[in-house]
Amino acid sequence: MTVPLTLLGLLEREPSHGYDLKRDYDEFFGRGKQLPFGQVYATLGRLARDGKVSGGDSEPGAGPDRKRYAITDVGRAEVDAWLAEPVEPEPHLQTVLFAKVTLALMLGKPASGYLDMQRAAHIRRMQELTALKRTGPLVDVLLADHALFHLEADLRWIDLTSARLAELAEVVRNR
Amino acid sequence: MNTPGASAGLIEARSVHKAFGPTPALRGASVTVRAGEILALMGPSGSGKSTLLHCLAGIYVPDQGEVLLDRQPLNAMTEAQRTRLRRTAFGFVFQFGQLVPELTAADNVALPLLLSRTQRKVAYQTAAAWLDKLGIGGKGGNRTGELSGGEAQRVAVARALALAPRVIFADEPTGSLDSLAGEKVMDLLTGLAREQGTTVVIVTHDARVAAYADRVAMVRDGQVSPVDQPPAAASSALAKGVS
Repeated sequence: MTVPLTLLGLLEREPSHGYDLKRDYDEFFGRGKQLPFGQVYATLGRLARDGKVSGGDSEPGAGPDRKRYAITDVGRAEVDAWLAEPVEPEPHLQTVLFAKVTLALMLGKPASGYLDMQRAAHIRRMQELTALKRTGPLVDVLLADHALFHLEADLRWIDLTSARLAELAEVVRNR
Repeated sequence: MNTPGASAGLIEARSVHKAFGPTPALRGASVTVRAGEILALMGPSGSGKSTLLHCLAGIYVPDQGEVLLDRQPLNAMTEAQRTRLRRTAFGFVFQFGQLVPELTAADNVALPLLLSRTQRKVAYQTAAAWLDKLGIGGKGGNRTGELSGGEAQRVAVARALALAPRVIFADEPTGSLDSLAGEKVMDLLTGLAREQGTTVVIVTHDARVAAYADRVAMVRDGQVSPVDQPPAAASSALAKGVS
């Protein structure tokens, strides 16, 4: 689910070709795992079909497709809604959060506000789990403990990222 | 972080400023503590959360702004009145217990009662009852230096609750404890406070400690911002894929 939204977000920054989108995706979000060209073009095709991007005429140049894609109002609204919605608090969600924070900075949107909302969502879940521990059987207590430790790790990442937002913004803007 | 429509606050900090020399610790901090709630103030080191707790408890006097208890400004009280208030209406739990090491666990719990002129026999009966509730009834005769960190913190919680205070202020109450001992202390502190209807303000950097609270607020750069509350915990949290 993150790849289409991330590509949409990159297109909100500026209209782009599939080749350039893949390059930017790999640089910021790939983390050593490159996005296959086939997936890039298939995703762009689906986004165009759903009216979230528009593809112009093909242009001559390197690569299999030199079509220049631009985000539509529908696509822009989807990116905004995605950024503003806290991720379901569950362990191991750093990849999604990282994508949101980086894209928000690229687009000049309030990354710190998104992190605050995510922090609130995490704390709410931790309150629910802590309440459950008060009355639940030991097996549920142990499962809740496991979740609480992972959510705590996420929160630490959120706090540290909040403290480093200015630094990250520099990196993102100066590429 | 005053919530519109919320019930009246038991304690309110209004635009509190506090500096230590040239260094500002609080820069217009506002927070309302409602009667009977458990409120956690979270924030990184140096955010001003402990200073705010000390202002709410009348230990520090704000440079600007005011703190009200039952709508009465603490600033207007004399130091002697504030001391009496702290001794009779407030209980405290600090990171390292701050127990008197030469005294036994029972002595430590009885001490604030004796200072508030409770009869000696009643004070020690009350102390024994609270140590029992905290699960360390057998340790009343031990000097606090002979207790584990977790046991010592439970003595501190017993001491705070024994006076039947209106508010307990806890500053990093599990900061020196391992996970299990910390959890036991938080279970007892929050469980017994709820049972007694005691208001609790907890300062912590630990999200797992904050999660025991009814409400959480963030302290950053000397100011307070709310962490929004859930509409209602719908289904079981475990069913949401966090296991």
